[in-house]
Amino acid sequence: MSVAQAIEALRRELGKENVITATEDLFCYSYDATADLPEQKPDVVVTPENVDQVVKVVKIARQYRLPIYPRGSGTNLSGGTVPIKGGIVLSTLKMNRILEIDPSNLTATVQPGVIIQDLNNAVAPYGLIYPPDPGTVATATMGGSVAECSGGLRGLKYGVTRHYVMGLEVVLADGEVIRYGGKTVKNVTGYDLVRLFTGSEGTLGIITEIIVRLIPAPQARETMLAGFSRLADAGNAVADIIGQKVIPATLEIMDRVTVETVENFAHVGLPTDVAAILLIEVDGIPEVVKSEAAAVRQVIAKNSGWIKTAENDEEREKLWSARRAALPALAQRKPTTILEDATVPRSKITDMLLVVEDIGKRYNLVIGTFGHAGDGNLHPTILADARNEEEMERVRAAVEEIFRAALSLGGTLSGEHGIGIAKKQFLPWEMGNSGVQVLKKIKQALDPDNLLNPGKIVDLT
Amino acid sequence: MSIFDGLAAVEEEILKCMKCGNCQAVCPLYQESRREPAVARGKIRLAAAILEGKLEPTDGLAERFDLCLTCLACVASCPSGVKVDRIILAARTALTQKKGLPFIKKAVFTGLSRPRLFDLGVKTAARLQGLLFKNIEPGKMQPRFPIGLELRRIVPPLAPVPFRDQVAEKHAVERPVATVAFFTGCMTNYLYPEIGLAALRVLKAHGVDVIIPRLQHCCGAPILYSGAADMALKMARSHVDLFSSIQADAIITVCGTCGKAFKHLYPELLEDVPGYSERAREVAAKILDITQFLHKLPFNPELFRAPELAVTYHQPCHLGRGLGVVQEPLSIIRSIPGVNYLPLMEPARCCGNAGSFSLTHYDLSYQILTRKLKDIEDTGAQLVVTGCPACRMHLTDGLVKKQMPQKVVHTVELLASSLEEK
Ligand SMILES: Cc1cc2nc3c(=O)[nH]c(=O)nc-3n(C[C@H](O)[C@H](O)[C@H](O)COP(=O)(O)OP(=O)(O)OC[C@H]3O[C@@H](n4cnc5c(N)ncnc54)[C@H](O)[C@@H]3O)c2cc1C
Ligand code: SF4
Ligand code: SF4
Repeated sequence: MSVAQAIEALRRELGKENVITATEDLFCYSYDATADLPEQKPDVVVTPENVDQVVKVVKIARQYRLPIYPRGSGTNLSGGTVPIKGGIVLSTLKMNRILEIDPSNLTATVQPGVIIQDLNNAVAPYGLIYPPDPGTVATATMGGSVAECSGGLRGLKYGVTRHYVMGLEVVLADGEVIRYGGKTVKNVTGYDLVRLFTGSEGTLGIITEIIVRLIPAPQARETMLAGFSRLADAGNAVADIIGQKVIPATLEIMDRVTVETVENFAHVGLPTDVAAILLIEVDGIPEVVKSEAAAVRQVIAKNSGWIKTAENDEEREKLWSARRAALPALAQRKPTTILEDATVPRSKITDMLLVVEDIGKRYNLVIGTFGHAGDGNLHPTILADARNEEEMERVRAAVEEIFRAALSLGGTLSGEHGIGIAKKQFLPWEMGNSGVQVLKKIKQALDPDNLLNPGKIVDLT
Repeated sequence: MSIFDGLAAVEEEILKCMKCGNCQAVCPLYQESRREPAVARGKIRLAAAILEGKLEPTDGLAERFDLCLTCLACVASCPSGVKVDRIILAARTALTQKKGLPFIKKAVFTGLSRPRLFDLGVKTAARLQGLLFKNIEPGKMQPRFPIGLELRRIVPPLAPVPFRDQVAEKHAVERPVATVAFFTGCMTNYLYPEIGLAALRVLKAHGVDVIIPRLQHCCGAPILYSGAADMALKMARSHVDLFSSIQADAIITVCGTCGKAFKHLYPELLEDVPGYSERAREVAAKILDITQFLHKLPFNPELFRAPELAVTYHQPCHLGRGLGVVQEPLSIIRSIPGVNYLPLMEPARCCGNAGSFSLTHYDLSYQILTRKLKDIEDTGAQLVVTGCPACRMHLTDGLVKKQMPQKVVHTVELLASSLEEK
């Protein structure tokens, strides 16, 4: 049996302790955080400790024609780490060293298994931050977040992971190790492969080292909570704030369903007589923060909202805990939480909010919408019960409509969660068949045997 | 149906897990091993696989479910509110029912569940322990031979006379403000009588009548956590019988695990047992950790004075997250004149002991402890205070091995010794 031989070879090259084959363990690598997807056990899980071992895994996989599924913390929401064809799951969790913090160049070099928050903790003493902060900042790995190009709560002002990756070391499907980019602020040599691999979801290569850009931590910030009795007012306020040329670090929205649920479960003192609330944080130099906060207050008043400002850290923490409680609270209401990632140009945020509300009504589904309103990235979260097949059918139909709506508003299928398995069937809607063909050609060129995370983003036939 | 009837009872709980992975950030075992089966999410998937009939109850499965400190950190941070501990207990129970207990555990637990036999056995062992253990320094011993205990383990000697044999059953004060029944727990009784004596002194100093029922024995938690629900059920019954027959305003414990057994596990175990369910709930309602009780009394700091003392506090998992006793010990410690309280960075992080876990998985357990020791060192405290005899033993083990100067005491011991100073 070739799988057995492959496992033998892996043991020889990586040592027994880095090769996991017990059925009980394999079960635990058959899923990620994505709801409503089939699960599949891999044949083997490997935990390489360095790039040489990664190369060995790739070569063995080649020899025995086994697919490789790179895996960080498995928190992605698009099925990216589910080994749908069996084979090898390659866990990066043992490659978790911060190799260098370079304050004079404002960079850090890390292995892929480093947890994002650990990097932030390590650079904090230098007065620096690494801005991308997905909701899973305390669990997700750097490798996984680069591969997903994840975003987060600060995306509006600070952008997504892509904007911070300066250099990569990648093991290709043929076992070659390449390095692109570096520490220079300017680098326009050749095609931009750093960007190509960022967001490639493990389908083009295995990332083994990452150089990221750091920025000075903001000196001051002001946090505000605004409430609206009409959903449209909230959406318009978002557009108006940007229209005033104020770019908050955070501009988050929660709709009525979310607010009510949060208040019911978490009792954080949110008003329940609103159609939506906004959580707004401006940061930067103290004087700028002051004037931006004043501008925000004006916009809110103009859009018939009320606004409360956090007077101290304790109050600020309270407002943030309300935002952090959004998903947890929704998750406690029903067993299956389908969190979507539809994103529109920010001027269209009101339209999108109303469309989602309408879809919820028409399909008779509970949908709580919250998200990074400021960058147009909404997370309509459908609450259902996976055991109820009839309801799940409605969920799937509603999801399709949400994507169609986002695209028709000039939006995109994914603001930050990637395509994976979950959304690949919708790709032609956004980029057309010829667009998808280009993706396939790239995949074909770099991984002709379709061994790297096959079945994700595009299928090679 | 209770969790002790098997996994079907926790099906809803299992379904609630949305596999978000948040538990990874807090699970001490996952942080050491960085392997998915170690974290709550993985074990929940395994429990589901058993329910779905995809996995048979193998030794391998039992090993995976052993990999949990029941420290409740995942429960506290789970967005979906999954009660992971219930799933783990239900799985362990189901596995034990199918496979039986390992031989050693079975022997020990059979002993534990027969109070008189156990008492006699421990007393005999106390006399003979010099044969098996060598003294490292006063109060600290190390096994000489493999006797089912980890050889590198530093343990306190068995008390020559157990606590309950040292003191009378009833302790009356003049004009009592309250009467309490004191559940001592095994570790206090057999290993740390000084904790029991300290509790007694502090309670009396506050004008409290104390009853220390003779017939009490092991709370059963170690047995229950190993999945032997049937044995634990008998123990629960006898304690409910005993304590519901005593007129007391409260039942005091000095160990979070014992307290949690009485407060949460007994009512669940006895839920469907005729004649017991209501009494189990009444007993549970009276359970208070000693710091909770003192705090309610209210605690009188006037009685205490410590010499200038830098103190830190380790929060036991079952006391803090299990019983919700977080603020009381701190407020008591800080109100003792002379005490300078220096908080740990992560006071609530598990020390790694987790009952028999530290015996069966010594290396992992020690790795977890190492982080705690570092945290202790960084505070600059001279004394570590905690609310659990088992944590005390584990922390002491580490401090001795690392040759760190700090001592560990139970919160009531700090109080009792500060009483003395005055
Ligand atoms: C509750 C919750 C909240 C979330 N909030 C956000 C959010 O606010 N913003 C956001 O963007 N995302 C969010 N996510 C999604 C997810 O956390 C992020 O995408 C995260 O960056 C994934 O990191 P990971 O380490 O878990 O990667 P994994 O899930 O393990 O992997 C993700 C993808 O990367 C690939 N991969 C992993 N490591 C490597 C490597 N070394 N080389 C090549 N490919 C690799 C995998 O094959 C997979 O395709 C959230 C998820 C949850 C469950
Ligand atoms: S935090 Fe809770 S819901 Fe999330 S994976 Fe862990 S147990 Fe499941
Ligand atoms: S109870 Fe503690 S050890 Fe067990 S899974 Fe949860 S966090 Fe990990």
